[in-house]
Amino acid sequence: MFAFLARRLAATIPVLVVVAVLVFLMLRLTPGDPAAVLAGDAASPEQIAQIREGLGLDKSIPEQFVIWANRMLHGDLGRSYYYKTEVTTLVAQRLEPTLSLTVVTIIVAVLVAVPLGVIAAWRFGGWLDRMLMGFSVMGFSVPVFVLAYLLIWGVSLKLGWLPVQGYKRIADGLGPWFIHLMLPAITLSVVYIALIARVTRAAVLETLGEDYIRTARAKGLPESKVLMRHALANAAVPIATVIGIGIALLIGGVVVTESVYAIPGLGRLTVDAVLARDFPTIQGVILFFSLVYVVINLLVDLSYVFFDPRIRY
Amino acid sequence: MSPRSLFKRSAAAFLVGAALTAAAPASAQQTVLRVVPHSNLAVLDPIWTTAYMSRNHGYMIYDTLFGTDEKGVIKPQMVESWTESPDHRLWTFKLRKGLEFHDGKPVTPDDVIASLQRWGKRDAMGSALFQFVQRMDSPAPDTFRIFLGEACGFMLEALGKPSSSVPFIMPKRVADTDPFKQIEEYVGSGPYIFKADEFKPGDKAVYLKNTKYVPRSEAPSGTTGGKRVYVDRVEWNLALRDTQAQVSALQKGEIDIIESLGFDHFETVKKDDTLQMPKYATYGLQYMARFNHLNKPFDNPKVREAAIAAFSQEAFLRAQVGVKELYKPCGSMFICGTPYGSTAGSDIQMKSNMKKAQDLLKASGYDGTPIVLMKPTDLASIQKLPDVGAQLLRQAGFKVDLQAMDWQTLVGRRAKRDPIDKGGWHMFMTAWQAFDVWSPIANPTTDTRGEKSTWFGWATDDKMVTLRNQFMRATDEAEKKKLADQMHARMYEIGTHVILGEYNQPMAARKNISGFFVTNGNIYWNLKKN
Repeated sequence: MFAFLARRLAATIPVLVVVAVLVFLMLRLTPGDPAAVLAGDAASPEQIAQIREGLGLDKSIPEQFVIWANRMLHGDLGRSYYYKTEVTTLVAQRLEPTLSLTVVTIIVAVLVAVPLGVIAAWRFGGWLDRMLMGFSVMGFSVPVFVLAYLLIWGVSLKLGWLPVQGYKRIADGLGPWFIHLMLPAITLSVVYIALIARVTRAAVLETLGEDYIRTARAKGLPESKVLMRHALANAAVPIATVIGIGIALLIGGVVVTESVYAIPGLGRLTVDAVLARDFPTIQGVILFFSLVYVVINLLVDLSYVFFDPRIRY
Repeated sequence: MSPRSLFKRSAAAFLVGAALTAAAPASAQQTVLRVVPHSNLAVLDPIWTTAYMSRNHGYMIYDTLFGTDEKGVIKPQMVESWTESPDHRLWTFKLRKGLEFHDGKPVTPDDVIASLQRWGKRDAMGSALFQFVQRMDSPAPDTFRIFLGEACGFMLEALGKPSSSVPFIMPKRVADTDPFKQIEEYVGSGPYIFKADEFKPGDKAVYLKNTKYVPRSEAPSGTTGGKRVYVDRVEWNLALRDTQAQVSALQKGEIDIIESLGFDHFETVKKDDTLQMPKYATYGLQYMARFNHLNKPFDNPKVREAAIAAFSQEAFLRAQVGVKELYKPCGSMFICGTPYGSTAGSDIQMKSNMKKAQDLLKASGYDGTPIVLMKPTDLASIQKLPDVGAQLLRQAGFKVDLQAMDWQTLVGRRAKRDPIDKGGWHMFMTAWQAFDVWSPIANPTTDTRGEKSTWFGWATDDKMVTLRNQFMRATDEAEKKKLADQMHARMYEIGTHVILGEYNQPMAARKNISGFFVTNGNIYWNLKKN
């Protein structure tokens, strides 16, 4: 196990290096000029050139690469061109909203989707199954922003139960934090409920055909125990995988949801950085996302050991 | 404790905690004005960049020597009185009493001189002014003087310049910063104090009332008059970008003002009894299409003339704005109704039609070179203009290569002077606030020094350069008006660019906000929240 862990952790280094180099090169080769963005609309070409020089963008790409690589080796992600703030500070500021939204969304999604998936498998082919799968298709199909607008209109404007927008930090109190996260989390969780419910249904359906399920039923175990203890437990590996992917995707940024609900998260930071050609910030957040993907994949792999004792690393 | 009971207890504790904190009363009863600005605030140095958001931030925390009122008249702000020598070469300004920076230190002539020097190295109009300035000094603790090498006719116009870059007055230690580096300290003498510790880029910016600010006694108008603050705190919500969500938040009372209301939401706000759309601008904004004079075929004035004749303003305005009461066609490059709002020479566009455009193009010798027209796909405020422009150019007989890109790519590409096959361009479209183009000096398209011009497009015309120089030196208002007319006619004659009409960008607010006045910009003093 420890050898596996060490191998996997060591493997993250070349992954991050490749990602970092690719991102650096892609940014330099795509059109757009950070200096022109910073200078404003009325700036003259000479003013833009002076800003470009100040940012070091007048140097050749190999020269820029050497400077950047040297900083990276010293653990320095650089300073945002746009915000004049350390990239690590920017990421840290945006991490709490994104993590909060991720955690609440995944909790809501798992609490709703797993029982739905199990029920659908249990009542395979029946009206309940068809209804749940119909809901699942709808969950996939409705665009997030449409759902967000509908929820804002109904829950916030008509009923007045929840705020339209904004994010409150945990330090401001758990109540405001949770209340401001409810609508965005519900909006986002619908697609994950659909995804996890479908995967759960398929996985449980497969295990329900196994001999040990027939044996459990023959022993006279109640159906609930058969479903939860035998069928679901043995179907956990693909479910854990899809939940892991969901967490990674959510941390990677949910731009539309963050924009509609005014949540200052990592997704919005990434889009702003791309639009402003803020190279250090783009490089920093993409490296961070890569790291998150690698770590979550690792955690998912490790979780298999607990769900299925036959798996050994 | 079993995992199940641990989970139950944790959940119960969380819910109780959440309920308790949710019920907690607000800690302080401050009057907070919550504003959604038109964009994100990134650069906090309003001299270093020309971005409107940085300018608006500047108006919150800094004060100016002069201002421009709603009709375009320059009036004193930090200055109490001033004199001008008979030969117009010595200007003496006396500062009014009670001017104090947020750190408690008085505003001195040294602060003013350092601020003007830094601004003069960054701003186009400031740079033009400093061509005349020989030196500045301070003969008394409340007085500064500007000595000119020769008479110039736009001293007050430059010092009272209302839009980017505004000559804001900063403490000398801040103004001594290299003009090509951003300042790191945000201390002004204006009506609000910037809360740097609460500034979160992309999230919010906070300004507190400057209780020591001494406003002028006059009524506010434009950037002049008394800057009275009736709220304790102004919060700019920089995270709320979705226009539909902005309107929903305004309807629910979570925000007080939307600085730039999308045209699509005009009717919604108009019908809502709890909301208002206050009049804050007399002159609004102007759409513009800019030629690249360096690249064929727009290096040929006759081809440019054909394009100008093809561009019906009504078509652009109807497509982009859509709301009839918010737009008007206008033939003045210096904005209709302003002091220099001429329409001389505008018949080529305003009294033209497609048949004339087609005839002009045929007579021009146009060789069929496709026009590279850059279209920004991510800027809703001007996104539809290039589509209309492409269609009108095609109808006139042009071949058009409409290239879609994001605004920042466009901004980077328009700085290129290269030919088309090396990434160059022929035309782009943009919008200006009236403040930026109503002066024949500040308007960037009046600079026709070819590749030495301070704005993209690089028009070349010696006659226009001469007229502009004469305007800068003219000290008589009637003569200035006459020269402005001549410049205007010449700009149409040589086809520096095409104006596509004027419009007002509506602002939306809740009905409990009062005190709005005509600012021609985004200014947050004099507002009361009931």
